[in-house]
Amino acid sequence: MTELSLASPSAVAVTRGGIRSDLQAQRVRSAWIFLAPTLFVLAIVAGWPLIRTIYFSFTDASLTDLSGANFVGFKNYLSWITLKSGRIVYSGLLADPAWWGAVWNTLKFTLISVVIETVLGLIVALVLNAEFRGRGLVRAAILIPWAIPTIVSAKMWAWMLNDQFGILNDMLLGLGLISQKIAWTASPDTAMIAVLVVDVWKTTPFMALLILAGLQMVPGDIYEAARIDGIHPVRVFWHLTLPLIRPALMVAIIFRMLDSLRIFDLIYVLTPNNAQTRTMSVLARENLFEFDKFAYGAAASTMLFLIIATITVLYMWFGRVNLEGER
Amino acid sequence: MAEIQLRDIRKSFGAFEVIKGVSMDIKAGEFMVFVGPSGCGKSTLLRLISGLEEITAGTLSFDGQVVNQLTPPKRGIAMVFQSYALYPHMTVYENMAFGMQLAGRDKAQCKQRVEAAAEMLQLTPYLQRLPRQLSGGQRQRVAIGRAIVRDPKVFLFDEPLSNLDAALRVATRLEIAKLHRKMHNTTMIYVTHDQVEAMTLADRICVLRDGLVEQIGTPLELYESPNSLFVAGFIGSPKMNFLSGDFSRPYDAHTIGIRAEHITITPHDGHWAGTVVHSEILGSDSYVYIDAGSSEPLIVRETGVTGHLPGQKLEVAPIEGRVHRFDAAGQAMATAKLRGAA
Repeated sequence: MTELSLASPSAVAVTRGGIRSDLQAQRVRSAWIFLAPTLFVLAIVAGWPLIRTIYFSFTDASLTDLSGANFVGFKNYLSWITLKSGRIVYSGLLADPAWWGAVWNTLKFTLISVVIETVLGLIVALVLNAEFRGRGLVRAAILIPWAIPTIVSAKMWAWMLNDQFGILNDMLLGLGLISQKIAWTASPDTAMIAVLVVDVWKTTPFMALLILAGLQMVPGDIYEAARIDGIHPVRVFWHLTLPLIRPALMVAIIFRMLDSLRIFDLIYVLTPNNAQTRTMSVLARENLFEFDKFAYGAAASTMLFLIIATITVLYMWFGRVNLEGER
Repeated sequence: MAEIQLRDIRKSFGAFEVIKGVSMDIKAGEFMVFVGPSGCGKSTLLRLISGLEEITAGTLSFDGQVVNQLTPPKRGIAMVFQSYALYPHMTVYENMAFGMQLAGRDKAQCKQRVEAAAEMLQLTPYLQRLPRQLSGGQRQRVAIGRAIVRDPKVFLFDEPLSNLDAALRVATRLEIAKLHRKMHNTTMIYVTHDQVEAMTLADRICVLRDGLVEQIGTPLELYESPNSLFVAGFIGSPKMNFLSGDFSRPYDAHTIGIRAEHITITPHDGHWAGTVVHSEILGSDSYVYIDAGSSEPLIVRETGVTGHLPGQKLEVAPIEGRVHRFDAAGQAMATAKLRGAA
């Protein structure tokens, strides 16, 4: 009798544990089945090229002879030889002033463009969030710059910014704001500004749309409560709107930041071969396909990947960005 | 302490007139309930009083001063919203203190008032929590607390119990009744579509219909002498029995109305005869549904548990003097005795 009553609870527990693990195993299995196609596609379109690039960065591969590549260690990144005089000469990507110039250009471009796009995007989103006649039409119209392919808009702007025939120079001259025509995209002083202007024009709508989505998640009644409380609109913005759209804003910024750090097409079309606007992606492409320094270009690409990954991790760490959508 | 006067208040949204000329006086310290079906304009009227919506025409005055053009904070009002409208990223304490900190009050005074309000609403243990960590009833208490710390002259409630479950609704209703007793100097206006809330809370009820006042009076006045078919049907549960045609002709009225508790079941010599179709037994009393040939079954209340079963034939009679008479336009007529009756 005693034995039986002791034995039966454990027997029950075993059965229940068995059922639960069966159910769990089945759920894990179906999760993997659903994930498998995505993981497979990601592996071939992102994983495999990434691994190949990292591999080539440690070889002496050239575009004409990829299969005959030999392993050379970190030579593409950094190597040095000691001369007879005792002087040490460094070579490789990390000792290349052109590379560090590209890193600096990229970071400068990213910081300035993202800050301006965030502020402008926020303003546009606040306007679009207000009730007015024809709001739907304006919302659609504002997306046009974003919808135009970059190559097209870059070429369009290249013509507007053209030093001889560009409309911008013509207008500024007509207004008397400049005394002689400026080569906006070619001059070292203005090339970066030209790129920034076009990028801001093109991607502010995207930023505005992401922020608008965040704004529409804010319940309208809290604004009425704030009106009853007699809170000044400026304070409402800083203390209610901004904290409440922060998650959406942080996600929008990270999207734009990743895009900006990889910027290539706009610069390639608008200001080719300009040291002031050469970014990491532009430099990597030049080495990969133009200078016949494939392995060197692969090293630059790998560094670009590492820099973006580091910045993203740091941003998410310090910004406490929660991509799981919790508030 | 504020006396509120509405004089021919109108509100249009575009060409659509929602409030079509409302006039009333709300006494200082009174608990006034606006009640009516959805779309009758009760919430709009409250928003006009709060200043969240602009008044199209007419005058609104607090203590004789016209406030049409004043912003909500200048009117000295506080409002509790149906959806609580708490600031989701602020703690309970911050939610209550946010509006006050701006009014130029010092920190110590602010703290003291928030704590007093929290004490009153049993929110003290939750002051450092975020709204999402609270239950629905607690959130609504925070919203009430935020209104209390403003020390308003006029307290506005916009269907504050609609988002709560049945048990919490009764409990919170009690809280609001207690609050009114504590803040007896504060005029309160409460909007609801639930006539039970209106009956239990109000000093006076204003029944609205299609943007117009249908009747204003104490709960008992509305219950006992509704001045229209609409009010008679809206106030009271179960709904008043309405009878017309052959039933109302002897009373010289288009329609007569009689409440369930004013009909008695008699063994014989009844006024009307019918068959029981259904019985609802609630324990304390029972409702017997009798098909007497009218368009809808007659509902008769019996105290205690009824023994009447469906299919049973019964005779019923209205209690003398409790029959409400209405004309063809739905307006109440003076209660008169049955024509030709002894």
